[in-house]
Amino acid sequence: MKIGYFPGCSLHGTAPEYEASLKLVAKAADIELVEIEDWNCCGATAAHSMNRMLSIALPARNLAIAEKMGLEEVVVPCAACYSRLLFALNEFKLDEKVRMNLQPIIETEFKGNIKILNVLDFLEKYVMDALKNKVDDKFKKKAACYYGCLLVRPPKLTNSERWDDPLRMEAILKKIGIDSIDWSFKTECCGAGLSIARTDIVGKLSGKIIEDAKDRGADMIVTACPMCQSNLDMRRGAINNYLKKDNNIPAIFITQLIGLAFGYSEKDMQFDKLFVPISFSNNNFSNNNDNLKMQKSKVKEVKV
Amino acid sequence: MQNNMTEIAENPSKDTYYSNDLQKWGAEIKNKDISLKELVFNETGEKVSLCYQCGKCTAGCPLSDEMDIAPNTILRLLQIGSKEYDRKVLSSYTIWVCLSCETCMARCPKEVDLPAITDFLRSESIRRHLANRKANNIINFHKAFLHSIRGSGRLYEFGLVIGYKLRAKNLFQDVLLAPSMITHGKLKFIPAKVKNSSQIKEIFQKTINNNRGGK
Amino acid sequence: MARIGVFICHCGENIASTVDCGKVAEISSKIPGVVFSTDYKYMCSDPGQTLIKDAIKKYKLTGVVVGACSPRMHEPTFRKVVASEGINPFFCEMANIREHCSWVHPKGEETTQKAADTIRILVEKVRNNEPLYPIKVPVTKRALVIGGGIAGIQASLDIANAGNEVILIEKEPSIGGHMAQLSETFPTLDCSQCILTPRMVEVAQHPNITLMSYSEVESLEGFIGNFKATIRKKARFINEELCNGCGDCTLKCPIKKIPDEFNAEMGKRPAIYVPFPQAVPNKPVIDKDNCTHFKNGKCQFCKTNCSAGAIDFDQQDQLITVDVGAIVVATGFTIKGTDFFPEYGYGKYKDVVTGLQFERLLSSSGPTLGEVRRPSDGKVPKKVVFIACAGSRDPAKGIEYCSKICCMYTAKHAMLYKHKVPDGEADIFYMDIRAGGKNYEEFVRRAVEEDDVNYIRGRVSKVYEKNGKLIVRGVDTLLNSTPVEIEADMVVLATASVAHSDAESLAQKLHISYDSYNFFSEAHPKLRPVETNTAGITLAGACQAPKDIPESVAQASAAASKTIALFSQDLLTREPIIAVSNKSTCVGCFLCQSVCPYLAIEREEIKDRNGNIIKTVASINSGLCQGCGTCVAFCRSKSIDLQGYTNNQVFSEVSALFERSEEYV
Repeated sequence: MKIGYFPGCSLHGTAPEYEASLKLVAKAADIELVEIEDWNCCGATAAHSMNRMLSIALPARNLAIAEKMGLEEVVVPCAACYSRLLFALNEFKLDEKVRMNLQPIIETEFKGNIKILNVLDFLEKYVMDALKNKVDDKFKKKAACYYGCLLVRPPKLTNSERWDDPLRMEAILKKIGIDSIDWSFKTECCGAGLSIARTDIVGKLSGKIIEDAKDRGADMIVTACPMCQSNLDMRRGAINNYLKKDNNIPAIFITQLIGLAFGYSEKDMQFDKLFVPISFSNNNFSNNNDNLKMQKSKVKEVKV
Repeated sequence: MQNNMTEIAENPSKDTYYSNDLQKWGAEIKNKDISLKELVFNETGEKVSLCYQCGKCTAGCPLSDEMDIAPNTILRLLQIGSKEYDRKVLSSYTIWVCLSCETCMARCPKEVDLPAITDFLRSESIRRHLANRKANNIINFHKAFLHSIRGSGRLYEFGLVIGYKLRAKNLFQDVLLAPSMITHGKLKFIPAKVKNSSQIKEIFQKTINNNRGGK
Repeated sequence: MARIGVFICHCGENIASTVDCGKVAEISSKIPGVVFSTDYKYMCSDPGQTLIKDAIKKYKLTGVVVGACSPRMHEPTFRKVVASEGINPFFCEMANIREHCSWVHPKGEETTQKAADTIRILVEKVRNNEPLYPIKVPVTKRALVIGGGIAGIQASLDIANAGNEVILIEKEPSIGGHMAQLSETFPTLDCSQCILTPRMVEVAQHPNITLMSYSEVESLEGFIGNFKATIRKKARFINEELCNGCGDCTLKCPIKKIPDEFNAEMGKRPAIYVPFPQAVPNKPVIDKDNCTHFKNGKCQFCKTNCSAGAIDFDQQDQLITVDVGAIVVATGFTIKGTDFFPEYGYGKYKDVVTGLQFERLLSSSGPTLGEVRRPSDGKVPKKVVFIACAGSRDPAKGIEYCSKICCMYTAKHAMLYKHKVPDGEADIFYMDIRAGGKNYEEFVRRAVEEDDVNYIRGRVSKVYEKNGKLIVRGVDTLLNSTPVEIEADMVVLATASVAHSDAESLAQKLHISYDSYNFFSEAHPKLRPVETNTAGITLAGACQAPKDIPESVAQASAAASKTIALFSQDLLTREPIIAVSNKSTCVGCFLCQSVCPYLAIEREEIKDRNGNIIKTVASINSGLCQGCGTCVAFCRSKSIDLQGYTNNQVFSEVSALFERSEEYV
């Protein structure tokens, strides 16, 4: 079975472990991910902040190419890209002016028939069944499932039920024996696009998320978005600065956990790419202190 | 708008995705008589009159304490529709610090699409040269980002950071994160490129240089 | 030969400002058959009526056309005028030159012309009119009241006190409705049960009232004065005649942990239960779904402990048919829960309660005996946040309308909480305070000024739990829209008042109309606020729209007075605008029978002298027919006519339009 795949800049840049784990998970579930040829950046916040038509045209070019490749579905693992691609498709369907004007801009025919899956849609539809009997005792850890903004909002666009307290990741993780905590910051914003321009804000917003997850006894934060993961993982300097204490709760991609359940190694799942370390091997969960100290020294940041 | 388009096509400026030459925008000057709320309606289809000022957007906004004008007050100022208030809205810091997290929209009892309105206000604020100076960092980041993908079609993080720093004139911000990103294989020095990069440039040329892009 | 008079009304400026009324009278005078025409400023006024009467006498008129407003407004007025001069009232017709002409067109010749055309059409109609005589039908002087809340109780008592029989049905095991659940009532703070229970007892003791609790309407047939209602009396598995209400059974029941509906699920009850101590009737009911006996046949504790031998596990639902002349619908409202609200936790936080639940916590008959204790750990909350409009005025997730009662009960809740927990703090998030009622505004101010209730203008965006506290994230829009974060021990949501989930199906059973929110519709929003569009059925209380107690009671008394007025007549007079079939031309296809929405068409066998059936034809029951005309349109052999609107009349009205010629103008 072949499904279209839009990696987006993050998976080829700051989140290689997300791409590697997703690809291996797909392989284990007997799905071939076909990368959209010559794809381009979705434009992200910068595009929609500056010009609406640009923010539609950039994702639409990718969707048009996918259609041309004969793909019926495309999985978009980055929640931000997912939101932008879905927005473009939706505007194309609803706004006649967009339909009229898009063609000459992207110079590619686009019918708007393609279906866009986020990583949870993909896991539920194609991977869940393959996860039978994958419960593993080594996973007896408490997860704080973190959805962030764009997987669930705006609810009208993403069509998500229970958008303020989604339970989809929890259900998937349950399949491999991971219990999740009930917490209140599942869909609070991590700071996303202000990561570079206002790192202090990321420290504050992500800090509140990490604090709540930790206070409620989570052992790890599980994410499904490279933006969220990078803020929660790499921005510990700003976060610890805000919280005025060090926090070592790791933030990991859901696909990395599922990959382990399928029998891949932590190396396969590129656990070494995570700034805050985590390990499930030999019951040596996460807090290898030496390792942690070493990592912490790397994670110092300059206050803005 | 038609005249205006040809004018731009003949005279593409270097940094045109944020056009700063008001003289070019003949239609713009004509539009100055239209209140901002009418423009918002024309370009986004959103009616600010729907808002009944319950303040739920502000209550749920993760950044309302960073803002100079509360989100619901932005809508109130738009509702009044005076030139003075329109100007206040367009020169606010609020519209730039908004993260587009969509919480306000998801919770709004009247389903006012404030993120869409904010997007429009941002582009309009730049158009009219009213962007808040405090937002320079954020705007520079957006510009650097778009510059990066305009050139190569994909985001080149290292290039982005360098480009942003040059614009922001703050070379040392974040600089200490870079080495550990490199050791974790998260920062590449060679940009990935779209093969058909002229197509990407065309997209920029035909959208951001052209019109408001609204509905 | 018809002698018709035409009377054009100016309706002050309403018609005369765009229609040249004098010209219309002049044109009308030239219509064949018209012997007199005139115009006048207010034809409905006394001098106007006299003008018509005098003209009838002077010109020996046989028919009258009044060009004025809608017949819905003044047709009865003018028909009475005509009848007083000895003419059959159905020879008086109204040409609507106001709503259909002057109000919707600009001033001009064409508008005047349209008015004149409208007159011409009606003149043709009058010319073809036949005398009609009102239909008399008998009245069953017994009322059915559906719903035993305060509205149904009040309506029942009023109707019964006027000497009429009443059947009061209530779907729950006891009457009392929501009012029985309330602690104190605004704006007087008198105890709800103390003022309600005497009325409940009065119902139970009234010789004219038959109370059927735990019963619902199954179906309804018939028409005003002559309804036939089938009522399902649900099996309560208790022989009500033997039961002496001792309550032993409820104490012995081993199942004790069923969420208690009367306490808004804040308390627990056994499987055999009486909803509350003052219940009327004071007879228990067995909750079949939760009873061990019904689940596996193993338990009969209640039966073995009943000294009266009143437990009857074999009892079945009974269908009882009753004849009634009028119906009062008083089925009340329900509240929209909180489980649909993402931002308030989808109902998962125990200490986020609804207003009705808080009411039970305040009530001395409630699960905490009137002490305010929070559900999660039984502690007395020191900080309570009340959120108004939790579902109301929220088209996105709740309902669009204002639930009307919440501003007042929230003020009351905060006030009562402060009385019970003097060192506690009460914050109310609100958007507007709607306190338009007698002593209501004063009540709200009292909450603020005397009881230190803190009102914060703004909506709450999110409530979540943290370290045993509820974090309430709101905003103060009166303080430059400053975000507000409150750590509360308890949150009370003023949830929306909505129609019952079965309101739509009840409306369909009763053939009454309902609005998009499933509230039952009144016949006219201003002038017929208690009647429905179905004659003989009236509305009382919150089944029509959210209402507070005084309004519900007032409307109940109004519905009762409509019913009593109906019952004051022995025979009912109905307009003879009904369909009649021509039995000699009817071919007996019965297409009409299949389309009649009122089931008014019956089969009639035509027999010869020897009693052999010659043919079967359609016969229309004049009592059931509502004159909608559907059968007329469907009749292939043109054998059905609607009296007052016969095919002949309608055709001549249409043809009249083509007869206009310039000479009139």
